[in-house]
Amino acid sequence: MKKIATLVGATVAIMATAGAHANTLETVKNRGAVQCGVSDGLPGFSATDSTGRWQGIDADVCRAVAAAVFGDAEKVNFVSLTATERFTALQSGEIDILSRNTTWTLTRDASLGLNFTGVNYYDGQGFLVSKDLGVDSAKELDGASVCIQSGTTTELNLADYFRLNGMSYEPVLYDTSDQTVGGFEAGRCDVLTSDQSQLYALRIQLSDPDSAVVLPEVISKEPLGPVVRQGDDAWFNVVKWSLYAMINAEEMGITTANAEEMKSSNDPSIQRFLGVSGNMGELLGVSNDWAFNISKQVGNYGEVFERTVGTGSPLNIARGLNALWTDGGLQYAPPVR
Amino acid sequence: MSEFIPKPARPAPATEIGVIGWARKNLFSSIPNAAITLLTVYVLWSVLVPFLSWAFVNADWVGSTRADCTSGGACWVFISVRFNLFMYGFYPEDSYWRPNLTFILLIGFLIWLSIPRIPFKKIGAILALTVYPVLAYVLLYGGFGLEVIPTHRWGGLMLTLVLALIGIVVAIPIGVILALGRRSEMPVVRMVCVIFIEFWRGVPLITILFMASVMLPLFFVGGTDADKLMRALIGIVMFQSAYMAEVVRGGLQALSKGQFEGADALGLSYWQKMFLVVLPQAMKIMIPGIVNTLISLFKDTSLIVIIGLLDILGMVGQALADPAWLGYPAEGYLFVAFTFWIFCFSMSRYSIYLENKLNTGHKR
Repeated sequence: MKKIATLVGATVAIMATAGAHANTLETVKNRGAVQCGVSDGLPGFSATDSTGRWQGIDADVCRAVAAAVFGDAEKVNFVSLTATERFTALQSGEIDILSRNTTWTLTRDASLGLNFTGVNYYDGQGFLVSKDLGVDSAKELDGASVCIQSGTTTELNLADYFRLNGMSYEPVLYDTSDQTVGGFEAGRCDVLTSDQSQLYALRIQLSDPDSAVVLPEVISKEPLGPVVRQGDDAWFNVVKWSLYAMINAEEMGITTANAEEMKSSNDPSIQRFLGVSGNMGELLGVSNDWAFNISKQVGNYGEVFERTVGTGSPLNIARGLNALWTDGGLQYAPPVR
Repeated sequence: MSEFIPKPARPAPATEIGVIGWARKNLFSSIPNAAITLLTVYVLWSVLVPFLSWAFVNADWVGSTRADCTSGGACWVFISVRFNLFMYGFYPEDSYWRPNLTFILLIGFLIWLSIPRIPFKKIGAILALTVYPVLAYVLLYGGFGLEVIPTHRWGGLMLTLVLALIGIVVAIPIGVILALGRRSEMPVVRMVCVIFIEFWRGVPLITILFMASVMLPLFFVGGTDADKLMRALIGIVMFQSAYMAEVVRGGLQALSKGQFEGADALGLSYWQKMFLVVLPQAMKIMIPGIVNTLISLFKDTSLIVIIGLLDILGMVGQALADPAWLGYPAEGYLFVAFTFWIFCFSMSRYSIYLENKLNTGHKR
């Protein structure tokens, strides 16, 4: 099975590189819209609101790219993809960017003919416990029964973590997230484990969300980021720098509201960033006000985060690892100069 | 001598007629039956009452946000605020009239063709099979001055109906031809049909959809890939026609040999024999089988969720992930189940009506 998977992967990679669309940026400009592959429904990452508009941190990455390329963040065609078909859709050219909470791993980066352009969300597996349990740290969970959504990485990470800490646990397996929440709520288990971003979404579905807390420990690394085809560096740069522009904008304090007035700032790095001076956009193959358009139409990374998954959304996820490096987080973008 | 006056008949005892009599006869005729009745009533009571009070009595019907759902029952607001999305997917709102008109025309044709009193059936059939598909394509997709709406914006019930209808309408003729081919005496034709049928019938629909969505594009690297919906449709039609072929073959085999021999004795050609003698009789026998396949196809269309096309089930599943509306899976899935039931039940009733209408007393 593994051999077949590798074989298919290799064939796919060869075919994809052989037929890679030489100039995606040109194709996108001619088409007049970015084809963006998103998840078919993941709270806070990509889901449609009641007007049918795609909302979420993953969807906004594509909007940022559209803002950079066209100066119009709405020129995006969203294509909903399941986990199985996401890489093929990118390899075959059906989409230009895959922004679908995809974990950056060596295997994917090296064997699928794809490039990860950065990390727009640092996720990791965590624990949700009932407040009544009186537990503040995952280290105190010895002997607990744990509800798991079946999926091997989650299970393996859990087993590794408990073995490493010399603790025992009793697994309770479920198929879907609805069932997992149901089991947790019915008291079948003391702890529920899943990716942290999901835990917050599951928590809302409890009849009394305040009765449960997400523990601070993260037991696995799940850096999620946008993906493009390998072998098209111009497009790779545009996507990579669109994401970096959002992070840089937050660092410089440029927001949707003040982008216009920041143009008259006399800080040379802000002037360069917003395209008042220099030719940063031209180097990327887009217009010089690319970063201004991103900040103005989509917002900086912090705004997007708070709007989609953070305090401005029902999920209410803390910045944590996703805070800027200046605030003790991991979000760090190279300078625009 | 007094005349004999018969007394008027006394009414039957209360225990034998009316509600009590009926209940005695049907519900409490013996102790085990009485026990079963009481048990059933208890189960119904304990299931139905909470369900009805959840779904209707305590439900919230009007509003626009989650905050309007306060009563603790079903939150139908979740459905009403997204009703258009569930029906049309991401189809642009100012073009809703296009799928609407397509659907109304379809209903019109169905009424024309299915109610016996309306005349000019032949013209209707010809129009429905030639003009209507073109018209529907132009209305839904665009062209001839109408704005083009790419298929990735199609969704919801509209997509379900498009898939099911095209699947049904295209699969029936292919199925008839395959079935005739399988019973043909020409070895090459027979082999081709057998291989086709057995191949498509031997593979699960999910696999076919995956092939169409994941593998096919890899063979077209370079951008000349066919539309995703088109790929899925071809898969569904192939799969469905293999099943249809077997249903038709069942109908053909149910006819007695005498019919075939009689037609041959009259000197009819092969096609005359098939279209004048065999198929009209076979079709009548096949109705339940065909409708059964159609209903199962209609429900199978929701499998396209796995290739990222959002039919009505997909749209609901997607809506459940909206952070503003987390936690209403029961309402969403009930709504989908009800919608599917309406369509499947109407198909099944129409098939019963057809069977009765065509019943010529040859029932076996």
